[in-house]
Amino acid sequence: MNLLELKGVHTHIGAYHILHGVDLDVPEGQVTMLLGRNGAGKTTTLRTIMGLWTASQGTVSFEGQSLVGLPTPEIAQRGIAYVPESMGIFGDLTVRENMTLAARSAARAEAIDATRLEWIFGLFPALKKFWLYPAGKLSGGQKQMLAVARAIVEPRRLLLIDEPSKGLAPSIIQNLISAFRELKAQKSSILLVEQNFMMAKALGDRVAVMDDGRVVHAGPMAELAEDEALQQRLLGLSLGAHQ
Amino acid sequence: MIRAWLSHDLPRSRWLAGALLVILVALALAPFLFPGAKALGVAAKILVFILLVASYDLLLGYTGIVSFAHTMFFGIGAYGIAIASEKLGAGWAAVGIGLAASLALSALLSLVIGLFSLRVKAIFFAMITLAVASAFQTLASQLSQFTGGEDGLTFRNPEWLQPSFEPFEDEAFGVLLDGRLFTYWGLFLVVLVLFGLLLRIVNSPFGRVLQAIRENDFRAEAIGYRTVVYRTLSNVLAALFATVAGALLALWLRYTGPDTTLSFEIMLDILLIVVIGGMGTLYGAVVGAVLFVLAQNYLQDLLAVAAGAVQGVPVLQALVAPDRWLLWLGVLFVLSVYHFPTGVVGKLRALALRQRA
Amino acid sequence: MSTPAAIPKAQFDWIPLALVAALAAAGLPLIGSPSTWLTLTVAGLAMGLIVFVIASGLTLVFGLMDVLNFGHGVFIAFGAFVATSVLGAMGVWTTSESAWLNLGAIFVAMLAAMAVAGAIGWAFERVIVRPVYGLHLKQILITMGGMIVGEEMIKVIWGPQQIPLPLPPALRGAFLVGDAAIEKYRVLAVVLGLVVFAALLWTLNRTKVGLLVRAGVQDREMVESLGYRIRRLFVGVFVAGSALAGLGGVLWGLYQQSVVPQIGAQVNVLIFIVIIIGGLGSTFGCFVGALLVGLVANYTGFLAPKVALFSNIALMVAILLWRPRGLYPVTSR
Repeated sequence: MNLLELKGVHTHIGAYHILHGVDLDVPEGQVTMLLGRNGAGKTTTLRTIMGLWTASQGTVSFEGQSLVGLPTPEIAQRGIAYVPESMGIFGDLTVRENMTLAARSAARAEAIDATRLEWIFGLFPALKKFWLYPAGKLSGGQKQMLAVARAIVEPRRLLLIDEPSKGLAPSIIQNLISAFRELKAQKSSILLVEQNFMMAKALGDRVAVMDDGRVVHAGPMAELAEDEALQQRLLGLSLGAHQ
Repeated sequence: MIRAWLSHDLPRSRWLAGALLVILVALALAPFLFPGAKALGVAAKILVFILLVASYDLLLGYTGIVSFAHTMFFGIGAYGIAIASEKLGAGWAAVGIGLAASLALSALLSLVIGLFSLRVKAIFFAMITLAVASAFQTLASQLSQFTGGEDGLTFRNPEWLQPSFEPFEDEAFGVLLDGRLFTYWGLFLVVLVLFGLLLRIVNSPFGRVLQAIRENDFRAEAIGYRTVVYRTLSNVLAALFATVAGALLALWLRYTGPDTTLSFEIMLDILLIVVIGGMGTLYGAVVGAVLFVLAQNYLQDLLAVAAGAVQGVPVLQALVAPDRWLLWLGVLFVLSVYHFPTGVVGKLRALALRQRA
Repeated sequence: MSTPAAIPKAQFDWIPLALVAALAAAGLPLIGSPSTWLTLTVAGLAMGLIVFVIASGLTLVFGLMDVLNFGHGVFIAFGAFVATSVLGAMGVWTTSESAWLNLGAIFVAMLAAMAVAGAIGWAFERVIVRPVYGLHLKQILITMGGMIVGEEMIKVIWGPQQIPLPLPPALRGAFLVGDAAIEKYRVLAVVLGLVVFAALLWTLNRTKVGLLVRAGVQDREMVESLGYRIRRLFVGVFVAGSALAGLGGVLWGLYQQSVVPQIGAQVNVLIFIVIIIGGLGSTFGCFVGALLVGLVANYTGFLAPKVALFSNIALMVAILLWRPRGLYPVTSR
């Protein structure tokens, strides 16, 4: 069953026509990778789903209901969490405050589900260590972990994550992969934009490849992973190559 | 040839062209058409404001800069003439020196303000100019030996511009030609020429770059234009024209004080005129100035009539009291900013465009 | 997992605050007599705190929604004028010798002023500000227009002339500390200002609403992506800011012992200087900036009266040369 469906979505930003009819299915309980080179429209797609930019044409339906035209907070409240490329960390606030904010049902930090928090600390020990530090002082990798942690501090129906591994050291990336694997085990639905193909191969159940504002290929990840010629054609290099 | 004079920036609307023509003729022949001191005073004020607001339109309408320091330059021009005439004795030499000094001071100040503040965001710039203008106003009131303080300076004009100068015995068209009228026509000519110059500036390549910067300064910078330079130049030019306007006002009133030029009310008047008239059109300054000054002087009479009609009704009476004309103008201003962003001129041009289509 | 050598602990930037103390300390030798210095310092703190109360709303509104309300003075003016009416109506209380009745009357006047200013703020946001979100140029113009209309409406309701706002008997006069005369009203202003400051800090740092405001000042979009309808929050902040301005108007009017319809425009310049010095969007910066401005204004008013208004601009320039984005710039800007 598809949790999220995009059909013929066009997005204009001012005079620029970025998305030219995107068709995308995100099945429930699986990790869908969104791949493509820079400028293909991956970030725009996520932002359109999130309502940060409005689709000029086409439908975006989540659990059968249309999201187009809804204000962003409303879309978020339907159970969609968004981790933007820039991470969106509130630098002047502490890690604790960032997490409290993300936990909508918690009036104070103490009200965050303790079990869940422990689980998150298990995934990202640094967050426990720097709990009271201003988030702006964390390293890049730690900020990324915080960004992901915020998205999962409460159960969400769908996670939209934009290039989490960008600019991070390989060891941190491993950390993220483990975290996503655990989420996967819990049957979370994730739409993950990535350029790191090792990560894509390790995590993806399904894959959609974008180019020039369209989805040019969609199918099971395993299929793409075995077809080096296809990889070369779509992405310009193979998934097995050193990244 | 008219097109050349207007630097090919035509009214583009028959109504507007007609209105401008009427205004031109009315102002040129005001001494004959509207006899009496008050009417001539109104006409002179319109002339001064046309120049003042047109120079502000260069800054706001064409370059997209909001500055609250414009009255400061207006005041510098006025005080320049006043102080020079008072200290050096009345005469053309004093006027010349005063004007030159005030232009120099304005150029320097606008340059400094421009370079310092234009590197910051627009909001910052607006606030800083507000503070600077306010400080300058206080300064003018405080340095009483120099500026006459709160009372201002009264002085005499060069001989030909003095009201008592009456070279001709006979009247012309029922009006005696005296220094007052010469002053008036002097104002008229200067404003006419300088307005033409402003038209030339905004329609030149320089002017087009300003508009490009107004639209998207990021892109303008990317294409290769040093936006700081252009903005600063626009600032300086606007200041210089405002300074001349101040000098003209001083010569007309033969008096200068903090409230004739430096008050915040005048800054608000400028804003009102440029928005209601139409930003970025220059003609908006003409139409707006006429509407505003007429309203300022005659709207009160209109309101008095309305007040008479609602005599005794408590709230209504206070609302249409003649002194509250600014309230209605303020409401018009707020509506204009939101609903008629292109002002009267813009609306007329849009109408003309639709008729042609 | 690599750990950076040493992450600096959440350091509190105390330098600007120390600046206030340094300024006060520097004032002593310049002024000479300790008793005069004490009087001036209290006056400066009182004035500063009143300006803080007024400006705090403005800086939060700008920080949160990128709206600069050039018409903030409207709320100040209405607050001050409402106080004249209320205190006038409570003549028995305001002329009595009892301190309790006096304070009670002032308290009622403040509540009324805050309520009215807040209501006007709500209307102002709806009618004047909301249509021009994101359009800075139009914001500046339209909020100025709003101020013109507001000032004229005050003239319609209360008349165009100056109205006296005398202090009730219990608040007149001064405490004597050694040689120094410290005006009773100024002490009250300082206390009230600190109470407002404390309340603001507590709300911002200890409640979720405050958390939302602080986050929204940095990254509005992300707060919305987390599921919060920040527009509603904005209206709330705007109204709260207007109410505070109204309270400030009462305090300012009592400080001057009279009110004029132009009171809003008069204070406008001062509050803009304060929020620029403090850093747009920072409450603490606004606090420190206001204290600095209050002290400088009073010290120069005594030492070199002719330069008084310039002193604030000079202070602003000096601070901007040191920290171009204000004392406590907000990270995202």
